[in-house]
Amino acid sequence: MKITKLSDFFVTGDPLIYGADVAIGLTMVAIVVALTAFKRWGWLWREWLTTVDHKRIGIMYVIASLLMLFRGGVDALLMRTQLALPDSMEFLKPDHYNDIFTTHGVIMILFMAMPLMFGLFNLTVPLQIGARDVAFPLLNSLSFWLFFMGAMLFNVSFVIGGSPEAGWLAYPPLSEKMFSPGVGQDFYIWGIQISGIGSLMTGINFIVTILKMRAPGMKLMKMPMFTWSVLSSCLTIILAFPILTVTLALLFIDRYFGAHFFTLDMGGNPMMYINLIWMWGHPEVYIVVLPAFGIFSEIVATFSKKRLFGYGSMVFALMSISIFSFFTWAHHFFTMGSGANVNAFFAVTTMIIAIPTGVKIFNWLFTMYKGKITFELPMLWTMAFIPCFIVGGMTGVMLSVAPADFQFHNSYFLIAHFHQVLIGGVVFGYFAGLYYWWPKVFGFKLNEKLGRWAFWLWNIGFYVCFMPQYVLGLMGMTRRVSSYSWDTGWWSWNFVSTIGGFLMGIGFLFQVWQILHSIKFMERVKGDPWGGRTLEWSIPSPAPFYNFTITPKVEGRDDWWRRKELAAQGVQDPPPKYEPIHMPKNSGTPIVMSVFWFILGFGFVFDWLWLIVPGAIGIAATMLYHSFNYDTDYYVTAEEVRKTEAKAGRVV
Amino acid sequence: MAHVAANQSSHDHDHGHDGHHDLEALRTMGFWIFIITDCIIFGTLFATYAVLMNSTAGGPTASELFEMPGVIAETFILLTSSFTSGLAVLSMNRGDKKGLIGWLIVTALLGASFITLEVTEFLKMVDEGAKISTSAFLSAFYTLVGTHGLHVSIGLIWMVALMLQVAKRGITPVTKRKIGNISLYWHFLDVVWIFVFTIVYMMGVR
Repeated sequence: MKITKLSDFFVTGDPLIYGADVAIGLTMVAIVVALTAFKRWGWLWREWLTTVDHKRIGIMYVIASLLMLFRGGVDALLMRTQLALPDSMEFLKPDHYNDIFTTHGVIMILFMAMPLMFGLFNLTVPLQIGARDVAFPLLNSLSFWLFFMGAMLFNVSFVIGGSPEAGWLAYPPLSEKMFSPGVGQDFYIWGIQISGIGSLMTGINFIVTILKMRAPGMKLMKMPMFTWSVLSSCLTIILAFPILTVTLALLFIDRYFGAHFFTLDMGGNPMMYINLIWMWGHPEVYIVVLPAFGIFSEIVATFSKKRLFGYGSMVFALMSISIFSFFTWAHHFFTMGSGANVNAFFAVTTMIIAIPTGVKIFNWLFTMYKGKITFELPMLWTMAFIPCFIVGGMTGVMLSVAPADFQFHNSYFLIAHFHQVLIGGVVFGYFAGLYYWWPKVFGFKLNEKLGRWAFWLWNIGFYVCFMPQYVLGLMGMTRRVSSYSWDTGWWSWNFVSTIGGFLMGIGFLFQVWQILHSIKFMERVKGDPWGGRTLEWSIPSPAPFYNFTITPKVEGRDDWWRRKELAAQGVQDPPPKYEPIHMPKNSGTPIVMSVFWFILGFGFVFDWLWLIVPGAIGIAATMLYHSFNYDTDYYVTAEEVRKTEAKAGRVV
Repeated sequence: MAHVAANQSSHDHDHGHDGHHDLEALRTMGFWIFIITDCIIFGTLFATYAVLMNSTAGGPTASELFEMPGVIAETFILLTSSFTSGLAVLSMNRGDKKGLIGWLIVTALLGASFITLEVTEFLKMVDEGAKISTSAFLSAFYTLVGTHGLHVSIGLIWMVALMLQVAKRGITPVTKRKIGNISLYWHFLDVVWIFVFTIVYMMGVR
């Protein structure tokens, strides 16, 4: 793209955007000044940017995803504000509204839910299975940095070049060059493509980790349920994400080389895109929700002081969902006109998914039955999830009835449904997981009182926000409208919904306050603050960098609980015999390679060959550099392990 | 991690339990899973090709464009290169470093001739006015066959890098695993080509 004046490159003309420009500029200056003033550049590079430690990568994922939750949330509140004031003032112009609903969707699913999920994988899975790290620590770091650079590339579009505005799944022909001539759509393609490659590699990484690196004695059917859910999610990732890669690549080829995969003319077939994107997109929603089911299973068992009810049926339910998720995609477009038989098939497969999900709900309920339940924050969120997800699931079954879907399709009924399963299932689940594993990661608990405020604000806000949207959908309000007239009678419901949205926003602020407050008045905890059942609670909080001083020998499900019971009977663990520990070395290769991916992506967005070529050469060079580098790991000697343990006061 | 099943050949066990041979087994498994994802990439591209193969939009059709002698030559060259990459692995298993590098050179040369023929074929078609933007059929054709060609080209660079590493470091558990993986990759591309040959070319000129 030829840049002739400043407004070709920077987004201009909107006071909201100018405000954002100033805020971004000031934040960046502040970060640079702070790092320089406190002489922290070297520390940042050595300890964080080049780390291959799964625990630190997990923390970076969580921080990045919470920032993205903030941005996606601001997008949501801007939309709600506009809908509460439909025509008294033009708060958002229609095209700005298009930008915002597009980026809200993309950010919440791909740059908030996915990285928060990967963060929890990283923080927990190696500790749960008694491993020292993931199978491929360097690849893990590369996955993170690809996600990060992809997210930055996508986010930069709202101040440089302009945001995408063709909806979160960018349906053609609208997303084709003819109808979206700007660079926003290219930011969309490259931002998601780059982070998607990272997601795919994380999927491979965790499958190998879980299948090959479990502690001795931990048979598959002795794995903690969260680890099972990660396995089912990752199996779905490796089968679904390549389809996304291809779909985005084809759209890119259409836009860049003038091909005709999805165009209206020259034989192109836009509906093929919609099939392809949902062949990834439907499994994707299970990819993000399955680990949430795993989190709830851990929490319910821990806070009911009972082992999980129906372990085998839970495993079966998780695995069957990851298979069935590939056979339901067409329910996203029953109105396409593929005929009664096709619609009937996809309606039935969709309803079938409700069965294993129902099995899980009963398993959680029976786990609680006659348990000694305590209501700390993780358990509160779990309790809130169950009714919320049941209602969300039931409205999903309503939507799956193909003839009825012709009425619900693209209405606010659908919007309310998927927000209910994604917030009630995924967000509540990941919050529960964060509260649950936070003490393990950082060595202190989050403040209970502020957490309860956040919990109630989120929950009340959720129902106030989304229940009216079911009604609005049945009243005929369609999605993606920025305005409506007064005679529709939609205003009062919309106004109530907006209040609910802001309540959730205040809930988020309470969580930020809660984190800051808990850091200030830090209350240290020991290794096992909740009375946990699985291996991650058997080691100190935070875990030493090598996780386990000696690899545990597993003899049953909930092995840590079993060991605690034995200890209560007076059976003593033998004194530890330290051995050298094999560890991966830190590496700058992942971040450098990801920066070159960013350069390549940015070059393609603006079609600047002078940027594309160095980006591509840089990627190839870093890959070859890594291939030729054989100095990738080292040993921690037994003496060093002993010293580290002694320093932490853990050895006699 | 000593319990990790070593699916490598018995040579690796000489290396003892320093954690090293376990790592190589993990990496081999990771590469197999990568191949699964690549299978899905090609599967999706074949599906789009199947949908669009008759959408020629008044432009040239498959039977007008494809010239089978060149394609058959490409096919035999690629199949032979798969065979020679197998011979390279056999040399490696005998501990014959020279044989390994020699057969890799033969394989790479055959791969390079395949790419040369394919690029020539593409350029000729473009010259005849059959461009990627001419019709949906040609978009799908160039993308599917071109993705395979891109895989082969990347494989060539990787192969040269591995020859240098073997020349420098000899046959170690690490280089063995790397050669095993590229050989797997090369055979995989061969299988994909058989589908390209059947579905794109044979069904196209039928």
